[in-house]
Amino acid sequence: MRSDLLGDILLLTAEHLLLVLNAMVFAIAIGVPLGIYLTRHRAARPWLLGFSNVMQTIPSLALFGFLIPIPFVGGIGKRTVIVALVLYALLPILRNTLVGILGVEAAVCESAIAMGMTDGQLLRQVQIPLAAPTIMAGIRVATVTTIGTATIAAAIGGGGLGVFIFRGVASVDTVQILAGALPAALIAVAADWGLGWVERKLSSV
Amino acid sequence: MALVEFRDVSYEIAGKPILRELSLNVEAGETLVLLGRSGSGKTTALKMINGMLFPTRGRVFVDGRPTTDWDPIQLRRRIGYVIQEVGLFPHFNIGDNVGLVPKLEGWSAPDIETRVNLLLDKVGMPPAEFRSRYPRQLSGGQRQRVGVARALAADPPVLLFDEPFGALDPVMRLELQRQFLTLRQDFQKTSIFVTHDVREALLLGSNIALLSEGRLEVLAPPQEFRQAQSNEARAFLAVLDN
Repeated sequence: MRSDLLGDILLLTAEHLLLVLNAMVFAIAIGVPLGIYLTRHRAARPWLLGFSNVMQTIPSLALFGFLIPIPFVGGIGKRTVIVALVLYALLPILRNTLVGILGVEAAVCESAIAMGMTDGQLLRQVQIPLAAPTIMAGIRVATVTTIGTATIAAAIGGGGLGVFIFRGVASVDTVQILAGALPAALIAVAADWGLGWVERKLSSV
Repeated sequence: MALVEFRDVSYEIAGKPILRELSLNVEAGETLVLLGRSGSGKTTALKMINGMLFPTRGRVFVDGRPTTDWDPIQLRRRIGYVIQEVGLFPHFNIGDNVGLVPKLEGWSAPDIETRVNLLLDKVGMPPAEFRSRYPRQLSGGQRQRVGVARALAADPPVLLFDEPFGALDPVMRLELQRQFLTLRQDFQKTSIFVTHDVREALLLGSNIALLSEGRLEVLAPPQEFRQAQSNEARAFLAVLDN
């Protein structure tokens, strides 16, 4: 194997990780609070869940295409990619936050309220800690999916491991394709394992 | 002045009456049992005392103030609450569960610890053995003892019990009923106790209010209640003849 290929793999892997990391930070920062909001506002549930559901059904390549002409979020490059990845990652995080909090045993919440906890105390001391494993599971699923989806970023100049794959497909070069696909798969497996470990730690409390 | 007073309280859900013009007083130090079948409105009445529910018509007074005028947080911290499912926090150990309301009220750590130890002792759960265990490590009866200790923690003048011993086996139930009587002697609290078990009502109540379809049928101390003539009262008392 050529040594510059190895260098490229490391570089593009780092770029890929950065894309995923950026997207996940935004997706969590938006998805978790929005999920909490939905536990308190039943009327908004069908709208927000419906929106994030629709986002998931749009093929990723098409979503990139839709975003390109939109001012501020669109254009060619990493920003558009991150916006698209956030839209994809939103649903599992949003849904698991909602389901996790609603799934906390009713008697526990009733006691908390009857003992004079404020809504903030109920949320911070009871609902979030008890829903944490479920929320974490949503983050794990979203992360693993995002690692795969991010390979398409290369199609609109976002970089990452997809660069190898697109180049490999164009030149029918299996080595190139594998140079992109294998590291992406490895990252996904590692993320699944690592976040799964965190999830188990949270649920053993 | 009555510590808790219901004045012409009605409650409806979607036009369906749950409570109908309920009026009764609970004096300081008494144990009022709300007796009735499922759906008779007894739990609904209980939840109006600590502002978990509010009347559709009429008012509930606690300490002479309508519950609608109380800050619900302040009101609830002055009222202990024990339910059948216990509702201990699974992620808190026993000590932290019992010390919860004192902590919310900003007690100092040593004060909380002293109080928690005292109460665990009182409910027959030696603190050295139990305070750092978790709810899932306890039996149903032990959990409910902790539930009672938790309700007493911040020394509330009023305690609410919603079929607290309903899920326990008969032996454990009797044990906890006896303990309830001992605790009442020690702490002199005012209690409102919901049950559908007429034996429990006669054993624990200083006054029994029989509810039927949201209406107050009989309000009498246990001895008098045994002589009550209404159909619903006879139906409940017939259980004793078996």
